[in-house]
Amino acid sequence: FYNDGGVKPKTKRSKRFLESRAPKLTEDVKSAMIMKGGNTSLTITQALKDLYSLRKPNAVLYKKKNITRPFEDSTSLEFFSKKTDCSLFLFGSHNKKRPNNLIFGRLFDFHVLDMIELGIEKYVSLSEIKASKCPEGTKPMLVFAGEAFDTDNEHKRLKSLLIDFFRGPTVSAVRLAGLEHVLHFTALDGKIFMRSYRCLLKKSGCRTPRIELEEIGPSFDFVLRRTHLASDDLYKLAHKQPKALKVKKKKNISHDAFGTKFGRVHMQKQDLSKLHTRKMKGLRKRKGEVVTGEQGGQAPKVAKVES
Amino acid sequence: MAAHSVEALLAKAEQEEAEKLRSIAVHKELDLEFDVGNLLACDKNRIESRDFREQKKEDFLRSLARDNTQLLINEIWKLPTERVEEAIVAKLPEPTTPLPREKPPPKPKPPTKWEQFAKLKGIQKKKKTNLVWDENAKEWRRRWGYKRANDDTKEWLIEVPETADPNEDQFAKRVKAKKERVAKNELNRLKNIARAQKVKVPGVGLTPTAQQSKDELVRAVSVAKTSTASVGRFQDRLPKEKAPKNTGKKRKFEPLIGDFSNEKQKQLELLKVMDSKKPKLDITKAVNKQMREEDREEASAKYKKGAGKKGRKGNMSGKGKGKGGKGKGGKAAGGGGGKKRSKPGKR
Repeated sequence: FYNDGGVKPKTKRSKRFLESRAPKLTEDVKSAMIMKGGNTSLTITQALKDLYSLRKPNAVLYKKKNITRPFEDSTSLEFFSKKTDCSLFLFGSHNKKRPNNLIFGRLFDFHVLDMIELGIEKYVSLSEIKASKCPEGTKPMLVFAGEAFDTDNEHKRLKSLLIDFFRGPTVSAVRLAGLEHVLHFTALDGKIFMRSYRCLLKKSGCRTPRIELEEIGPSFDFVLRRTHLASDDLYKLAHKQPKALKVKKKKNISHDAFGTKFGRVHMQKQDLSKLHTRKMKGLRKRKGEVVTGEQGGQAPKVAKVES
Repeated sequence: MAAHSVEALLAKAEQEEAEKLRSIAVHKELDLEFDVGNLLACDKNRIESRDFREQKKEDFLRSLARDNTQLLINEIWKLPTERVEEAIVAKLPEPTTPLPREKPPPKPKPPTKWEQFAKLKGIQKKKKTNLVWDENAKEWRRRWGYKRANDDTKEWLIEVPETADPNEDQFAKRVKAKKERVAKNELNRLKNIARAQKVKVPGVGLTPTAQQSKDELVRAVSVAKTSTASVGRFQDRLPKEKAPKNTGKKRKFEPLIGDFSNEKQKQLELLKVMDSKKPKLDITKAVNKQMREEDREEASAKYKKGAGKKGRKGNMSGKGKGKGGKGKGGKAAGGGGGKKRSKPGKR
């Protein structure tokens, strides 16, 4: 195990710890750190707590206030992310100019990639909505509605950031009965409405159930404020996948409409006149018979067994 | 009659209502985009601001959400399912939305020296058991580490082998050997890392260690001098600096096909020497050399004892040189004299 330059692990435990923090081919879930700014309001503290509960167990909630301004100076954010190995952050603050401010952000290689500031206009917390909640850690279904998420650049980045933030760990299979949580984002007139529902699978005529929704979780009415988006090449760099993950395509295999597998066999050029085919004894020319053409003079060839 | 038709109508109306409530079909202008691997659905349809009034906002949002979720669930239900321990599970495809990574992808590490060799020879890794039976302790102990089986360092009795000096401290010898092995391992590990990072490790003498000998310094100076663009041709020497010895080609070979007469001469001389009865080894010279070697060793041993524990100094190179020197001396005397340590008089 290389630990070039830095600390050489002395115990198995420290080695495992360092390996979990090292860059990997397929990465695990991103962790989020949720922190407060210099001044916070009740709305903000409640909102942060609710979002933390949505994001558990891959989140850390800091209790103390951090007097930093992410849009001006991101060094303390980067330091925190290095310490806790988190690549997503949520920073809540409140002042007169920007009341009830939430900054969603993500980092690449411990440097800030994107930061988007959203202001909360209306907020209904988890505790205010009296309904039975989903268990923690269920992978939510995400729905984005509105053309802005496709047309406007900032909204597109916001969409990608929200997907990163709210999707859970990548799983290979999901339990059909466990699809309970739905997060719905609607973009309209520069505002983004976030609602969280619990879906009930009702009987329908066929196999697929009918959905009925019941509002549970926190509901937010966001307004888009400042953004700090990564430059295009940094964004591209962050998306670079390692070559080992690319699926190697097997050459020379093709399928037709019926699913039959085809391949191509390459052969050298054959001299067809010297081709030894199967000899049908019954069809062989007999000595007595009259034969026409060039083959008259030739005696029938000795049967050469082709293996 | 009328009652029947009314009943029929009511029944039909009820049935239609029930149908509507149970239907899973959703009508949308534009189809949604699905990324089932992420359980994601994107609705690009225009949302009319008219529908979006203050009182009905929540209801509008909820119905929109319901429709979209229904479509997503329809998609998910199309996936192949299997039964895993009394739960029905749908296998998700790979997520298709490109999302940025956390950290840059790891670079593939070049194989270490041993790994290259093993690949070349086709050596497979053999999995070893964790525990080994220890005869002395009569129990299973781990193969290496704390309280290991058959621990060399814990032996209280070491037989002095016949070929060794009776006054030599065997325990100290073992400890020293272990220290040297550890240092060698560490050096190899660092070399592997340097090779992986393509950091050029300069040769012996150029990375300054603690106590460098005179010829190491001279070598370092000569290497530094020749590492200019014109390979040191225009570098002036210091006033008292001597020309470095042992530079230039280490061995000079005659060209394969060249001077025939020269070659013939050489071969005839060789045959003459082989024929003659004169011994090739000058015994007195060899014996004197051996005596000088021994005196030098005693002097250095005294110095080392006096200096105490200072001596990690470029241990590898020092040891290499020492071994080389001893080997040569031994070989020269080996033809004439007996074993290495025997005094010449004893023959």
